[in-house]
Amino acid sequence: MRLRYSDVTPEKLYLSRRELMAGAIALAAVGCDPGAQAGAAAPAPAGAPLKATPNAAYRVQDTPTKFEAASTYNNFYEFGVNKEDPARLGHTLKPRPWHVQVDGLCAKPKTFDIEEVLKVAPLEERIYGLRCVEAWSMVIPWIGYPLAALLKLVDPRPGAKYVEFTTLKDPEQLPGQKPGFFGGGTLDWPYTEGLRLDEAMHPLTLLTVGMYGQVLPNQNGAPVRVVIPWKYGFKSAKSIVRIRLTDAEPKTAWNKAAPQEYGFYSNVNPNVDHPRWSQATERRIGEFRRRTTLMFNGYADQVASLYTGMDLKKNY
Amino acid sequence: MTTRGRVALKIVVWAVALAPLAGLLYGFATDNLTVNPIEYVTRELGEAAIRLLLATLALTPLRLLFGWSWPVTLRRLLGLFAFFYALLHFSVWIVLDHFFDWRTMGDDILKRPWITVGVAALVLLVPLAATSTTGMIKRLGGQTWRRLHRLVYVAAVLGCLHYIWLAKKVLVQPWVYAGLLGVLLGIRGFDASRRFSKRWAVIGSRG
Repeated sequence: MRLRYSDVTPEKLYLSRRELMAGAIALAAVGCDPGAQAGAAAPAPAGAPLKATPNAAYRVQDTPTKFEAASTYNNFYEFGVNKEDPARLGHTLKPRPWHVQVDGLCAKPKTFDIEEVLKVAPLEERIYGLRCVEAWSMVIPWIGYPLAALLKLVDPRPGAKYVEFTTLKDPEQLPGQKPGFFGGGTLDWPYTEGLRLDEAMHPLTLLTVGMYGQVLPNQNGAPVRVVIPWKYGFKSAKSIVRIRLTDAEPKTAWNKAAPQEYGFYSNVNPNVDHPRWSQATERRIGEFRRRTTLMFNGYADQVASLYTGMDLKKNY
Repeated sequence: MTTRGRVALKIVVWAVALAPLAGLLYGFATDNLTVNPIEYVTRELGEAAIRLLLATLALTPLRLLFGWSWPVTLRRLLGLFAFFYALLHFSVWIVLDHFFDWRTMGDDILKRPWITVGVAALVLLVPLAATSTTGMIKRLGGQTWRRLHRLVYVAAVLGCLHYIWLAKKVLVQPWVYAGLLGVLLGIRGFDASRRFSKRWAVIGSRG
């Protein structure tokens, strides 16, 4: 007897997969035509293909990390403190419907529907190095567009000096935000991160909605996150609901939790050790021997000028 | 306890003590050691070492609390297994993690207290493992041997400190181990102080 897919897959699943494929096709079509109407896009489930134009100007030469590694090994404390928690519990996050409020010191504050966010600028694929503060690293093909494109839409006021990112706070969707064993939480939720405005407007700073040719998996910060490749990974806030322009340096989650270990800048810097370990080397996931960590994670020629005259030991 | 019971107990202890290593070997064979295997193996071996060390230190409290004397017959076996895992943990750090980069490792030992105390804990265990044979006990004499082996308390405290200092402070596990050690040492301390005051009472009544 010959087996067909319908014999082994429950009909409900089988049908939902068809919908998923249809959604994917619709989405791919939208990707080809940046002018498409918002209403035309089907909800994008994590893992659906996402079209983007490779941008050769932003492409590190190293081989990208395997998708299986990048999507199952990461820190996302909203799901738990272990690196396998995000992949295990990511399904509890609902990336649709989703809104991103962009406000603060700007002339045209606006709350964007996620479908609008997807269409602010053409999606490009960029292959960036990712250096975790814990001294491991990956190479990831992200999909997104420069954050600057979104910020320009709200017209920042001259007084705006910083940008603050806020991650969703909802313990139902992000179980790691529930109070811990002894009543204490892990971090002060919601997770907030921040950049100086010139860092946020830098062409490398990517507003990210996908990776590996797919819609961003929940565990990697769906539906929208930032990626700042010259800073330690925790600076790249995930599942963003608010982007606020401000004149004061924003308080950041890890700085509040351990100020002597995590500063506001957190630029990748092999010469400034973490109090508990050296940052001189890193382990690239999938490789055996440690690699030398590069200044600004290898992006020095593009970003070093942002920090001219600054003491990077003091501003760690 | 009957001979058969003792043999069965030893088999169980060997099986339990070797389980973490077996798990790692199985993970290696099936390519299932997470995507950061060196970090994972280091952590698993360290956890096994600290658990076995705590188990070793739990045997005397069991006697004090419940009057069981049979657990103490497992002390050497469990202690040596704890040392075995600590040594593997250290070897993985040297060979797989840093690949004999002595300068970096030396820097780490000097500069980072959590590594300093970890290495110190292991170093303290070396003379204990070396003098664990019956011949050595005889050669040293019971009293000297017992005094020497009190170093295990220091090693355990340093081991717990090593874990607390290295882990992100939001992790609960290191504190659980430290708490257990506190309880185990507390039971001994309570017993020691009771014996001490009894002895004083005796001396006092003679005077």
